[in-house]
Amino acid sequence: MTSQPMVADQETRTPTPSAWWARLPWLRIGIVLAAVVAAIVLAYLRSGSTVVVTQAVVTGILIGGVYGLVAMGLTLIFGVLDIVNFAHGSFLAIALFLSYYLVAGMGMHPYLALLIVLPAMFLLGALVQRFVLAGAMGKPLENQLLITLGISLVIENSLLLFFGANPRSVSLPGDQGVAILGAVAELSRILAFVGALVLAGLLFLLLRRTSLGTAIRAVAANDAGAQMVGIDTRWIYMLTFAIGTACAGAAGVLVAPLVTIEPVTGALFNIIAFVVVVLGGMGNVVGALLGGLVVGLAEQLGALLLPGQSPLLVVFIVFVLVLLLRPQGLFGRSGS
Amino acid sequence: MTTTTQPAAATKALPKLPWSRHLLVTAVLAVVLIPLPMLLDPAAEAVAIRVLLFAIMSISWNIMSGFGGLFSFGHAAFFGIGAYSTAWLQVEKGVSPWIGMAVGVVIAALFALVMGVLALRYKLKGAYFALVTLAFAEMLRLWATNSDLVNRAVGYHVPLRPEESWWWMQFAPDSANYFFIALGLMILGLLVSILFLRSRAGQFALAARDDDEASAALGIPVVRYKVLTMMVSAALMATAGTLYLQYYLFIDPDLAFGSAMSIQAILPAVIGGVATIWGPVIGAVVLGPLTDITATLLRNPPPFLDFLAGRGGLDVVVYGILLVIIILVLPKGIYGALRDRWSRR
Amino acid sequence: MSLLTVEGLSKSFKGLRAVDDVSFEVEQGAILGIIGPNGAGKTTAFNLIAGAIKPDAGTVTLDGKDITGHPPHKIAAAGMARTFQLMRPFYSMDVLQNVTVAVLAGGASEKSARDQAAGIIERIGLSQWRDSPTEGLPTAALKRLELARALAIKPRVLLLDEVLAGLVPAEREPVLGLLEELRTQDGVTLVFVEHIMAAVMRLSDSVLVLNLGQVLTQGSPQEVTSDPRVIEAYLGEEPSA
Repeated sequence: MTSQPMVADQETRTPTPSAWWARLPWLRIGIVLAAVVAAIVLAYLRSGSTVVVTQAVVTGILIGGVYGLVAMGLTLIFGVLDIVNFAHGSFLAIALFLSYYLVAGMGMHPYLALLIVLPAMFLLGALVQRFVLAGAMGKPLENQLLITLGISLVIENSLLLFFGANPRSVSLPGDQGVAILGAVAELSRILAFVGALVLAGLLFLLLRRTSLGTAIRAVAANDAGAQMVGIDTRWIYMLTFAIGTACAGAAGVLVAPLVTIEPVTGALFNIIAFVVVVLGGMGNVVGALLGGLVVGLAEQLGALLLPGQSPLLVVFIVFVLVLLLRPQGLFGRSGS
Repeated sequence: MTTTTQPAAATKALPKLPWSRHLLVTAVLAVVLIPLPMLLDPAAEAVAIRVLLFAIMSISWNIMSGFGGLFSFGHAAFFGIGAYSTAWLQVEKGVSPWIGMAVGVVIAALFALVMGVLALRYKLKGAYFALVTLAFAEMLRLWATNSDLVNRAVGYHVPLRPEESWWWMQFAPDSANYFFIALGLMILGLLVSILFLRSRAGQFALAARDDDEASAALGIPVVRYKVLTMMVSAALMATAGTLYLQYYLFIDPDLAFGSAMSIQAILPAVIGGVATIWGPVIGAVVLGPLTDITATLLRNPPPFLDFLAGRGGLDVVVYGILLVIIILVLPKGIYGALRDRWSRR
Repeated sequence: MSLLTVEGLSKSFKGLRAVDDVSFEVEQGAILGIIGPNGAGKTTAFNLIAGAIKPDAGTVTLDGKDITGHPPHKIAAAGMARTFQLMRPFYSMDVLQNVTVAVLAGGASEKSARDQAAGIIERIGLSQWRDSPTEGLPTAALKRLELARALAIKPRVLLLDEVLAGLVPAEREPVLGLLEELRTQDGVTLVFVEHIMAAVMRLSDSVLVLNLGQVLTQGSPQEVTSDPRVIEAYLGEEPSA
């Protein structure tokens, strides 16, 4: 990405020294909540069944948490490295296959796979950044877009080449439906949601409460300035990309019991992650989590509102509307 | 200023413009390639047709994204519109694919018009613009997958005709006529891109790509010319959709509107040289045969690759590696790098 | 009637009044200099007049036609050209192509555009660089290219934003001569923002002083430079000779 803002905007960000919660855009959050409530009411009118709607809301929120985790990694990479990473979903696909082999091949518990997949994906991210992407830092947006596209082609099709296209699955021992708020959700879905929230919380603490996090945020805000105060930006770029990739990896492990594991599964998550990132505001980590919930709900309620159409269609309609009307994202601070 | 009255004789002659040279090369290319089917066996002719198809798609992408600077990640939208317009009219209404092609061209251009006005009216640039194009293509894919109007996920098979027919654009599988049609469309694409660039509109589009504020300050209606560039590009892409349908006789939503098709439009131009007339053609010549080379390799793999026998995907892995290497080593592409080397001498 | 009339022009950014109730008139063929300390709102005023930014209030009238808030390309087509303080050449084109595009934008035929462009380049004194890419051109050449492109659309009013900045004194003189000639031979009306006082003194019929977004005073160059308020506004930022 070039240093110019991608959206013509005369205003510049002025930091205000108030507490972070006071700076949250409460009005827009209110509007989004109102839109969600309206969608729920419409879905109820359309389907005429509370059970169906409740089920959709619960499922939407649960999967939305995972979308949020995937998108947090993507948005972090965008915010710090200014790279639109089209390979993010393919990293998730690698994590899916890794989980599959750890679980099906070595009999590991699906969630214990996290202990191996997380560091492995972190390392992979660091290597890819250091040896492939570093050469394109500061180059025009198109070059970086294309280079990550190239990486995603290599990963996705290597998976196809080595593992073939047959769908696989991971099953969680003792996975069963759990009654929750009048709906039923598989235990694996609930655990994926909880796991995503915990990891998102850890990431948030890492960014807010550690010196590494401070350095990362400094580079995101102004890399030249960060360099002047003695931060090694190349190191931060590498670590950030590694952390972002690890987020995709973690999400991969968490969703492994929920999805069909194929080389193309990553592409689906990639597109959704982009939608979430734009909704949350590119570079906005908290926004990504909220955006994930919105997309999860839009997908599930959309299926009720437009029966017979793909649930993703509604997600894309929301996406295009947000891109056109508010490209800085639903939850970005005004003018920034 | 004292130079004002200086006689014109003191100045150098204006440099020659490249257009006539480009047109000449195009003409030579057409003449040289026409007898090609006589020299090629059927398998090689299939490769040649794929090269031409790649080239048409990438020439189209290059007009919008190279010369226009509007990065498209959803060129499959225009391709699919061309393919589906032709298929629907032919299968459901019994209309000739030539007319289907014309209809597809018009619809694709109108689609580009709507997309462009929306995206540019709201001043989307860079990655945001690219994501909008991707979203539009995906929306078309999802719509086609679930719409009874266009046969849902099943897509369309072109009904086989008892005899060869130009009117129905259908010939024996190894007929040279497919090659001629593809060649004709690629030459058309080259002419479109050369003549467009030479025209006032094309020059304004280039200026708007380089600096839209400075262009507007000169009185150039920037949005109008950017949208026009998108429409020209979309129209050309739609013809590739028709050609694909008539040659492979089948289309479905994932093939027509999926991101693989968009990527196939991007890769040749990037590898050959973005924003150059010949880059897409050179890239297509490099990429087109790869699928067959890798497929042959995996049909009879060398011992150390034995475990890959019969697997797919190697061609795209090679595309991806090529893409990464080109971006890192030759960011101007093969043609761009060669041109720089020549002009430096 | 004056050719360009600006009345009550105002624009705020986040509560900061960048341009505040600015009014002035320029007669056909006159030269108006605009000066003021850094941050006085000169470039913002240009952007408002040329349509790059929409004003909050006020009107801009060109030859009796209200052009307030019109998009920049319409304002350019109506006969007002501008240059940019930071040079903005079309980077993929050489100097001749840059000017040719501008000539085309001014409505010339595709056939004659290149010859006209070559003529303008000759006149501006850019011949030496005519076939050079814009990348790597010296500042003096890029400044002239800005001017050449603006002239190529045959404007009636030309807004020049610090067209002398970055030029060494020896390079300024020919540009000043050219600007004077534009007025006398072509009848172009000039409005220019400039820091170099010698140039302002020499060219301007009238000088407008902006400070903190407001018009501090307007008058002949002599009146303005002897005005104690002007000197005070520049305090700590001595007008350069």
